[in-house]
Amino acid sequence: MPVLVYTENWDGKFKKLSFELVSYASEIAKMMGTSVTALSIGNVEQNELKKPGSYGASKIIEVKDDRLNHLINSAYSSIISQVAESEGANVIVFSNNFTGKALSPRVSVKLKAGLVSGVTALPSNLDPFTVQKKVFTGKAFANVVIKSDIKILTLSQNSFEIIETENNATIEAFTPEFTDNDFRTEVKDVTKVTGKVLLTDAEIVVSGGRGMKGPENWKPIEELAELLVAATACSRPVSDEGWRPHEEHTGQTGKIIAPNLYIACGISGAIQHLAGVSSSKFIVAINKDNDAPIFEAADYGIIGDVNKVLPEIIEAVKELKAES
Amino acid sequence: MKILICISNVPDTTTKIRFVNDNTAFDTNGVQWIINPWDELALTRALELKETTGGAIEKVTVINVGTKDTEPTLRKALAIGADDAIRVNTEPKDAFFVAYHISEAVKNEGYDMIIAGIDSSDYNGAAVGGMLAEFLGVPSVSSVSSIDVEGDNVSLKREIDGGSEVIGTQLPFVAIIQKGVAIEPRIPSMRGIMMARKKPLNVVEPVEADALTEFVSYELPQAKAACKMVDPENVKELINLLHTEAKVI
Ligand SMILES: Cc1cc2nc3c(=O)[nH]c(=O)nc-3n(C[C@H](O)[C@H](O)[C@H](O)COP(=O)(O)OP(=O)(O)OC[C@H]3O[C@@H](n4cnc5c(N)ncnc54)[C@H](O)[C@@H]3O)c2cc1C
Ligand SMILES: Nc1ncnc2c1ncn2[C@@H]1O[C@H](COP(=O)(O)O)[C@@H](O)[C@H]1O
Repeated sequence: MPVLVYTENWDGKFKKLSFELVSYASEIAKMMGTSVTALSIGNVEQNELKKPGSYGASKIIEVKDDRLNHLINSAYSSIISQVAESEGANVIVFSNNFTGKALSPRVSVKLKAGLVSGVTALPSNLDPFTVQKKVFTGKAFANVVIKSDIKILTLSQNSFEIIETENNATIEAFTPEFTDNDFRTEVKDVTKVTGKVLLTDAEIVVSGGRGMKGPENWKPIEELAELLVAATACSRPVSDEGWRPHEEHTGQTGKIIAPNLYIACGISGAIQHLAGVSSSKFIVAINKDNDAPIFEAADYGIIGDVNKVLPEIIEAVKELKAES
Repeated sequence: MKILICISNVPDTTTKIRFVNDNTAFDTNGVQWIINPWDELALTRALELKETTGGAIEKVTVINVGTKDTEPTLRKALAIGADDAIRVNTEPKDAFFVAYHISEAVKNEGYDMIIAGIDSSDYNGAAVGGMLAEFLGVPSVSSVSSIDVEGDNVSLKREIDGGSEVIGTQLPFVAIIQKGVAIEPRIPSMRGIMMARKKPLNVVEPVEADALTEFVSYELPQAKAACKMVDPENVKELINLLHTEAKVI
């Protein structure tokens, strides 16, 4: 009765969060005295496919079908349920991203398995099966007991360390059964953001608020992001004004992110903004107002004008890079 | 086309979160209850569509699984412009329990488009919409950021981690929405509030249903250490700290 992990890919490669997920599943499997099976759906290159093994999976199941090149909730959740049944899995883990949120509820109903989303740590107890999750959009944690035989978890991003291990996993193909009902939605067009670090996958995020004063002042934010291999983000008014694209808006009504470093430039730190970024490991705030609430959430702060401070930060990063 | 919107009743987003009874229950003392922000956007978009598609949309219904205490929230949805409301009269236990109740209440009512939010701002279950689609045996389109209707055709935009997709779907279906479907939520007008009093709010009694999870206790996050202030005249120090102390760059 292994722990089953849905390992998601992007452009033929596993996402970083898939490895975080396998590491997490491996620790649960250790607690339960069982193994980890990873499930890949769609087109993943052969030498990429074995990678979940390096994070603790002992078996990798591959499902390939031309109809599965885009996410189709019904078909994907049907595959995951079928694999879970054929493997006899009693714990299934997903990432708590768009895909995990789309699939886990359907699998939950198919298998009558209790679902807890946004889990932040390993189970604190196996019997009763108890996990901790974020509630009130990051303002508190809850301990939740799952009462069904099969348990489904979605893991909050960046809440578990990626651990590499030596493990040679076997790869198996699986042929699921479909019905016409599994394909009632159709992807007609795709717009991909390429060549940029994905906001939800980024280790470092450089973000700007209304204090930046206008879209013409974003150059330093973009330059710093490029130097740090970071993603760019913004507060809600900034995307509402159209200064920045909507995908960049973080907070309660935008994206919820948890990078290692979040650099907030000219952002006041309203509670709804913090709800999306407060799980970052470190927060740096640059604001000219020493009373701005962002300083209560930040680890490092500079009271000053972004227009003056940002170029100096860029210089200092360049110097650091030149030294190392 | 008939539209159903699932409404979750949640504490106002600025509520100070506290727990009582040895941290086993949320302190509802003095809490202001609102329509979950996503559900408010869904309702706003449904009403826009009803007004702009020339009769393509017959009716917009809102539904909540909750006790009598949630009626003001449903009345607010009626005041904003929903045609009628359904309340399934039971305390919501978990997402599985809620989704099952909604599916039982509406499975024979012929809704073509059912909309739920991506999550409730209280327990962040991120589950009811997808579960409901599975109970009803209909397709779901998730992380939807725009909804358009032309005759019987629905076109949706779905956000993915690195971009977006345009999706077509057969009816009926469940749309699980997030930001983008509408920009500013509508607020009730005086006339809307008056009219809401006369609109139907149908109470449906609960059925036998399971909850598969149970919230047993709560914790508040640990207080953060004080922010380390760096002299604005010595920005280099910040980069040093990030490099040698935090070790993040
Ligand atoms: C239901 C609801 C949901 C919401 N969801 C979100 C959300 O998801 N995300 C979000 O971000 N907001 C959200 N908001 C809005 C939120 O309440 C704030 O209004 C918003 O976050 C403020 O954005 P800001 O910090 O960019 O702007 P402001 O609050 O205007 O702050 C600008 C800051 O820049 C500083 N500043 C100005 N000039 C300079 C300078 N030259 N150098 C340095 N600093 C400078 C100022 O001191 C100030 O602190 C929501 C609100 C509601 C009611
Ligand atoms: N008690 C409820 N009654 C009706 N709809 C609900 C209820 N709880 C949640 N929903 C719907 O499901 C969405 C996601 O909520 P959740 O799965 O609880 O995070 C909400 O935005 C609502 O659309």
